[in-house]
Amino acid sequence: MQGLDLSVLVPELILLTLGMLLLLLELVVKKKVYIAVVALAGVLLAFFSLYTVNGSYGVMFQSTVYSYVFKVIFLINLCLTILLSIRYLEIQDSSHGEYYSLLVFSTVGMMFMVSAGNLIVLYLGLELMALSTYILAGFIRHEKRSTEAALKYFLMGAFSTAIILYGISLVYGTTGTMDIEKIGYYIHTNGLGSNPLLLIAVVLFIVSFSFKIAAVPFHMWAPDVYEGAPTSVTAFMSVGPKAAGFAVFVRVLLTVFPILASHWSTLIIGIAVLTMLVGNLMALAQSSVKRMLAYSSIAHAGYVLLGLIPRSAEGVLGVMNYLFIYTFMNIGAFSVLILLTTEDFKGENLKDFEGLAKTHPLTAAIMLVFMFSLTGIPPTGGFIGKFSIFMSLINAQHQWLAILAILFSVISAFYYLRVVMYMYMRQPQEGQAVIQLNTSIALRLAMGITLVMTLMLGMMPQRLIDSMRHMFTLS
Amino acid sequence: MALVNRRQEGLIKGIALVVSVFTMLLTIPLLRGFNKGTAELQFVEKYEWIKSWNIQYYLGIDGISILMVLLSALTAILCVLISWNTVKDKVKEFFIALVLVEGAMIGVFCSMDLFLFYIFWEAMLIPMYLIVGVWGGSNRIYAAIKFFLYTLVGSVLMLIGLIILYVHGNTFELTKLMTLQIPYNLQLLLFWLFFAAFAVKVPMFPVHTWLPDAHTEAPTAGSVVLAAILIKMGAYGFLRFSLPLFPQASLALTPAMLTLSAIAIVYGGLICMVQSDFKRLIAYSSVSHMGFVTLGIFSLNMNGVEGGLLQMVNHGVVTGALFLCIGIVYDRTHTRQITDYGGLASVMPIYSAFFIVFTFASIGLPGTNGFIGEFLIILGGFAKSPLAAIVSCSGIIIGAIYMLWLYQRVFFTEINEKIKGLKDVNALEIAILLPLLVLVFWIGVYPETFISMINTSVTALIDRVHGRAVRDSLTMSEAIKNLSHLSNLK
Repeated sequence: MQGLDLSVLVPELILLTLGMLLLLLELVVKKKVYIAVVALAGVLLAFFSLYTVNGSYGVMFQSTVYSYVFKVIFLINLCLTILLSIRYLEIQDSSHGEYYSLLVFSTVGMMFMVSAGNLIVLYLGLELMALSTYILAGFIRHEKRSTEAALKYFLMGAFSTAIILYGISLVYGTTGTMDIEKIGYYIHTNGLGSNPLLLIAVVLFIVSFSFKIAAVPFHMWAPDVYEGAPTSVTAFMSVGPKAAGFAVFVRVLLTVFPILASHWSTLIIGIAVLTMLVGNLMALAQSSVKRMLAYSSIAHAGYVLLGLIPRSAEGVLGVMNYLFIYTFMNIGAFSVLILLTTEDFKGENLKDFEGLAKTHPLTAAIMLVFMFSLTGIPPTGGFIGKFSIFMSLINAQHQWLAILAILFSVISAFYYLRVVMYMYMRQPQEGQAVIQLNTSIALRLAMGITLVMTLMLGMMPQRLIDSMRHMFTLS
Repeated sequence: MALVNRRQEGLIKGIALVVSVFTMLLTIPLLRGFNKGTAELQFVEKYEWIKSWNIQYYLGIDGISILMVLLSALTAILCVLISWNTVKDKVKEFFIALVLVEGAMIGVFCSMDLFLFYIFWEAMLIPMYLIVGVWGGSNRIYAAIKFFLYTLVGSVLMLIGLIILYVHGNTFELTKLMTLQIPYNLQLLLFWLFFAAFAVKVPMFPVHTWLPDAHTEAPTAGSVVLAAILIKMGAYGFLRFSLPLFPQASLALTPAMLTLSAIAIVYGGLICMVQSDFKRLIAYSSVSHMGFVTLGIFSLNMNGVEGGLLQMVNHGVVTGALFLCIGIVYDRTHTRQITDYGGLASVMPIYSAFFIVFTFASIGLPGTNGFIGEFLIILGGFAKSPLAAIVSCSGIIIGAIYMLWLYQRVFFTEINEKIKGLKDVNALEIAILLPLLVLVFWIGVYPETFISMINTSVTALIDRVHGRAVRDSLTMSEAIKNLSHLSNLK
């Protein structure tokens, strides 16, 4: 074993310290806004200390280009969520300092997941992330829906963790090691391509990760949890844990089990198609925008899963491009929902969007951009994300899968456009008080960032795509 | 424009006008510097865009696109003007959408990189959807979503085709893709994928059903843009991409395309006869007229393609003008039912004079532009398939029937009580219609001005379609020869 290089761990250490600091601050600081500010500053510090060069802390923790990209996504997600939360929590009367430290801990968990060199570290990261989000989902204590969401999430999550543990133990039993690369090597050299125990393990891994990314048929928890959790937490959950789930999904399948690909790729195709189908069709039937976004995020998981099927670097790049862009547009859409929320108004139903273009033209226009981006219409970022996934698919001779996926995205146009239709083509309801907007500056900042990024990534995606590819050809 | 305060409606309109006029002015040096003698691209602009996907920001025009660019610029000005007083709700958004549409239209006609082309092609959908859906008639929401979904299905299939092409040739650049040898079966698949997008836009039978709804419900400016430019994008797509990229597939599928065109001509015409809604009638007539355009294009000979291109311009001018005319009376009466009119000729004499000219042009009377276009198309069509040409000729007669009958019912007969005392066209409206009137006669009397611009490019295109096919079959027979040599050796 080489010498231990602590510098690789700096961002994680900063965040851990930050998380504990926030817990302490909670005791002394009265005004919760300051806690959020400290949290933000800490996250930015961690962001700048992210390590772009390969390095590892023993064999347990590896920092690679791959983990770097995902960590960027996690930290952006964390930053935006903090900005969204400040005012929202006050409105919900649930402003507690722990909230921010839980967000931070959850993100640290995700970062360990993507950097794990060992299945145990991966498992620990997963647990840290999951436990923190269970609590976050139930954070509005006086709201029944929120508590219900937390309980559901916890039960389902615990179940899926048990499954992954079983998978890990099977792998350990067959190969005798927990080290991710060694397992892959062992399977390769000993020709265990059709070892029944390993096959079971792969299935267990897929099932468990499918739970995490809410892929059909393991998605049942998602709509309820997404709807019940505080909206800011929903935004957080629909991006962060999902991206982390994808990160380990890709890593485990492509580095540990590449030889078994002929077995698992059929399974993944099935899950992806089913996910797109169910996600899109169910989203059609929703009258609550928040729940619609929950189903739509299920559907998006289906598209991202397709990036696994080519088993190529291009496919992985596609997954990362997609998730990066998705972060902005999805949080953006949720931020509009939060903007509409005030003490006595929910702003979650489709009806609440009626005539919004008349009363709040700017907000409506911003929502319009996010809706079109989620549909995948150029010149917005969503198109670039879909495009890169489809390109990798077609490059791997999966034209029909691409055609199928793209037709699903036409279905999705219908429900995204319905929001636009309500905003622009209906009149505000008579006699209803004009909707007051949330006045938080931080929220506006988050909306501004997501809007600019969604448009920028659509019109000038070269920076993102070229730099991602560049990093990968270097490593 | 978004920065302007929404109360300053005049300013917003002003900016929209300035932008569109400025665009028009920009096309003047284009016109003067345009070299008629070459089929090469001109005024090329090319920058690296997304390096790792080999995508460029690559613009250029040639004989096929120049007329469409001019037409787009002109239409945009007219649309701004016609909406000046008629759009009263959400003025700011309307003009922003209109200017965005104009930008995307011109982008579509100039893009020489397939990726860029797709971006413009799709980006156009968003403002157009809003124009139909927000400022349209009573059934606008249905019409808007129908329009959006139809076109989206078509375009995403094209997107797949585009990516397949990219995987095959590792570039999105049209000029480079043209040098590729694409196997026949792949050509067929790609042709159908691109066809899905273009046929919906044109619209060809049987995917035309979005058109009457969208055209009828859209506000006047929206109908004009749809009729004059948007549906031309489909025909342009055939000329720009399908024919040169998949020549063998195009040749092989000609019979199918000609049949669809002939059906569209006759079927569209027959439906026009039973319409009770003024605007819907003109909308259906577009189906019929665009049938002529595709007929011309798929005759794959000089006359046919030139006629098709010219007819694209003609149809843009004439149908655009007719929609403007309808918009003018609709603003006064707020009804589109033919039975609500009658005797308009004595109430609005100047208006009816304009209308009769456009009616004649639509029918294709000699001296107007419609005649030149349809004549060339039928000449071309006859050379390819006499049957299709003969069937299409009947379409002209049907066209005369429904247009003249419409004119008779609206402008002659007894004066309808409801329209008594309507004011005739004002100066602004005359100013809008006049340039189109001039174009009708200009193309009708001296089409040489326009044909000379497109001639060289069309020749090159036709040579390409046929030449490539001949050369490929040669190499095929050579290959067979070689094979038999090999077997002899054994």
